[in-house]
Amino acid sequence: MPFGNTHNNFKLNYKVEDEYPDLSKHNNHMAKVLTKEMYGKIRDRQTPSGYTVDDVIQTGIDNPGHPFIMTVGCVAGDEESYEVFKELLDPVISDRHNGYKPTDKHKTDLNFENLKGGDDLDPNYVLSSRVRTGRSIKGFTLPPHNSRGERRAIEKLSVEALTSLDGEFKGKYYPLKSMTDAEQEQLINDHFLFDKPVSPLLTCAGMARDWPDGRGIMHNDNKTFLVWVNEEDHLRVISMQQGGNMREVFKRFCVGLQKIEEIFKKHNHGFMWNEHLGYILTCPSNLGTGLRGGVHVKLPKLSTHAKFDEILTRLRLQKRGTGGVDTASVGGVFDISNADRLGSSEVAQVQLVVDGVKLMVEMEKKLEKGEAIDSMIPAQK
Amino acid sequence: MANSFTRMMSGRHTAVILASIGAGTLASGYLLSDHVAAAAERTRLYPPSADYPDLRKHNNCMAAALTPTIYGHLRDKKTPNDWTLDQCIQTGVDNPGHPFIKTVGMVAGDEESYEVFAELFDPVIKDRHNGYDPRTMKHPTDLDASKVTSGMFDERYVLSSRVRTGRSIRGLSLPPACSRSERREVERVAVTALSGLKGDLSGRYYSLKEMSDREQQQLIDDHLLFDKPVSPLLTAAGMARDWPDARGIWHNNEKNFLIWINEEDHTRIISMEKGGNMKRVFERFCRGLKQVEHLIQERGWEFMWNDRLGYVLTCPSNLGTGLRAGVHIRLPILSRDPRFKRILDNLRLQKRGTGGVDTAATGDTVDISNLDRLGKSEVELVQLVIDGINYLIECEKRLEKGQDIKIPSPILQFRK
Repeated sequence: MPFGNTHNNFKLNYKVEDEYPDLSKHNNHMAKVLTKEMYGKIRDRQTPSGYTVDDVIQTGIDNPGHPFIMTVGCVAGDEESYEVFKELLDPVISDRHNGYKPTDKHKTDLNFENLKGGDDLDPNYVLSSRVRTGRSIKGFTLPPHNSRGERRAIEKLSVEALTSLDGEFKGKYYPLKSMTDAEQEQLINDHFLFDKPVSPLLTCAGMARDWPDGRGIMHNDNKTFLVWVNEEDHLRVISMQQGGNMREVFKRFCVGLQKIEEIFKKHNHGFMWNEHLGYILTCPSNLGTGLRGGVHVKLPKLSTHAKFDEILTRLRLQKRGTGGVDTASVGGVFDISNADRLGSSEVAQVQLVVDGVKLMVEMEKKLEKGEAIDSMIPAQK
Repeated sequence: MANSFTRMMSGRHTAVILASIGAGTLASGYLLSDHVAAAAERTRLYPPSADYPDLRKHNNCMAAALTPTIYGHLRDKKTPNDWTLDQCIQTGVDNPGHPFIKTVGMVAGDEESYEVFAELFDPVIKDRHNGYDPRTMKHPTDLDASKVTSGMFDERYVLSSRVRTGRSIRGLSLPPACSRSERREVERVAVTALSGLKGDLSGRYYSLKEMSDREQQQLIDDHLLFDKPVSPLLTAAGMARDWPDARGIWHNNEKNFLIWINEEDHTRIISMEKGGNMKRVFERFCRGLKQVEHLIQERGWEFMWNDRLGYVLTCPSNLGTGLRAGVHIRLPILSRDPRFKRILDNLRLQKRGTGGVDTAATGDTVDISNLDRLGKSEVELVQLVIDGINYLIECEKRLEKGQDIKIPSPILQFRK
């Protein structure tokens, strides 16, 4: 669909050296991988919907990054992007996902019964539990590329599917465009509402076009299950609740996802998935499970321990502030979640969170009593 | 006349290009037919009515003019550079505007945009430029500075004088659309031409990418440096892509003649100095412009211009002369007078803060410049500013002495 650099054939009249971007000051996965030779090789290609390599990399060119934080620097415009621009995306995926090879297979496991434990995290420390993922709907291009017509079709299909859910999933859809002030206030207070993206990582990739057209939020009556429509991905599915019963959160997550998927399949628009990359999403960092399962947990002593970051790395966990990615922690409360997305299943990733957080709470309790935790430090998982 | 190079740039056929890179296309496994079939399927699934933007909360010229019928006619058209209507209007869709401020809401990607999408551009131009009808009217160009009179202001009131315009290089796409190589080509063409300037106009180029910290600080202190655009009006139109690649500033040794390269337009040309000698500022402006034009013509390039729209620039608001001539002026009494706005309106003048568009005034100093761009020549507009500023100074002097002032009658829009 028309956006950005789609007048690609015209650019081919210029030499590769003249078109190749200047990435000398850049620190992102795309910049590390994209040589002039590679660019020359893939620049005349387009996916069936007309997405080109310049579309894929624009966000990485416009956002040179930070010496300490390595962003991905490229996005997919449709399912086929990952095939057509393999030369670029396979090494990016490998760099981002711990050496994942083009021949590797990804395991999907959404059977919540396979999770061990997870219902007994100490609520004095674990304040809330949350699992999120994304899903893309086959037959449509992705948020960086889609037209208004496609985005609206995605919304229409999603609303139909989501408002047909029953039981604990029964709920209501709020389109961003026609939300009342009262509804908006309530959704902000519930910590549900998403904003128009301001991060240049997202806006330079074209995901904020036509805002708020086609965007909205669905949540169930209990406010424990919600779906964002047409933000950074077609769908972002979130299950959350206060306290430490991650098992219940994950169960609701799996059951809800499967119900939604059935409805989409009936309309011949299943989710984008393949056995190499798992669930296909806009950003290569979210391939595989697209799953971030985590808790808000009070760790004032452990978080100031010299080995905190090392413990997290060994447990394959990641810390964030309580506002989500790129925010600071408040009052010793951290957001702890799985670091991996691709190469391990949903159950395995949530298991790491459950086991890891349980261990860290025990460490915190030890430190409160003035005891050492060195013997508890785990081996690399 | 455009040489063969510019002709090649402006009218190509996709089939010819694809044939010449046929081997590469086949090897990649995606034949032309795949892409064409997919495009046809999308057109069938998503007719223009499915893609028509929701403009009900919008207040800009594009939203006022774009009916579903016009959208239906234009959505599937492309310029010879493959630029589309959706790309022209994206900035207006993403920026609904403000009830009090009506922005334009669309940009051109290339010279041909104004022709291919004339059905939308023409009413937008008419709306923005006070009824100027590109279908029937002609725009006059006049850069003969000797015709201007009384261009020396009272420096107890006027602190500085400035004239700016933009120029686009024919054959290269405009900032919303240009590829990196086109942008670098604009930089090369402009910098090569500017290096040929002599005498009081000779100077040097500072590339944004290679500027040292010291140079950067000096340019900021001299009020010459431009920043990466942050306004969503500009970023949503794609003008900030690849920043700071191929952007830079050229200025002469006296620092009173400068060129911005690849900011919102291919080039922005500025002549300025402290004090009230607007005549000299304009004279240097015209002389510099003519010399730069001559220097690029020597190498087979030319500026985008036609007698319908004058100088062709990225934003329709800058068509015609693209000229903003103005002063920083202190009018402590008049600026607080309730009649001030009406006086400015009738004189076809506009006030801005001392930081330029969308900024506030500092102290009593305000930026006053011409409102109009299209339908009057450069000489006419600068004369209008000169006469208007002189009138404002007269009003201020009268108010100082406790005398009354008159609101002038409104100036006519276009000459017959």
